Amino acid sequence: MSQINLDCRRQNCPVPLVEVRKALRKAAAGDVIEVVGTHPASKKEIPMAVEATGDEVVEVKDTGSEWTIRIRKR
Amino acid sequence: MTGKTTIIVHSGDMDKVISAFIIANGSLSMGMEASLYFTFWGLNRLKKGGLDKGPLSKMNMLGLGRRMIKGRMVKANVATLETMVKDFKELGGKIIACEMTMEIMGITKEQLRTDWIDEFGAVGTYVNEARKSDITLFI
Repeated sequence: MSQINLDCRRQNCPVPLVEVRKALRKAAAGDVIEVVGTHPASKKEIPMAVEATGDEVVEVKDTGSEWTIRIRKR
Repeated sequence: MTGKTTIIVHSGDMDKVISAFIIANGSLSMGMEASLYFTFWGLNRLKKGGLDKGPLSKMNMLGLGRRMIKGRMVKANVATLETMVKDFKELGGKIIACEMTMEIMGITKEQLRTDWIDEFGAVGTYVNEARKSDITLFI
């Protein structure tokens, strides 16, 4: 089980969403993907997408200027 | 995967093609399937070297507006059409080219990016995709 880090800071719609999906497709079950970004809508939409694909949102952190989402592939 | 989005890309305008790919890539990212059916002016965007050559649907101003928007897109960190197509294909998106348009406009397979195209089809192909879709749009 490994951790994959994605830096999507300053990336715009729909790049953070697409990058998370690409990473999830490549990841093995149990792998954790940690994505950092600044695009406001993606903070809401990434958990929606993760739920739709049946994976798990482990944590959503928001420091104000950027957010971090941890996802576990099922 | 659950659900499917099918979009007819009738327009070859740069802004509309960008919208089509954003929606399609968004759908794929949300765990759906996605098909893009390129017809009429849209098919020009599948020509070799033609992807980002479309005019703006409004305020094109002989290409001036188009150049301005492109510059603003770079500033706003919006992915290029080339990247969008690459992501679309990587996430399993399907591209269908309209055969009738090819005939009408005299476009041959050799002129098209066949590495992107999964299928050459007609209206029946679209209907067959659309009837299994939850979202279908005409752009």
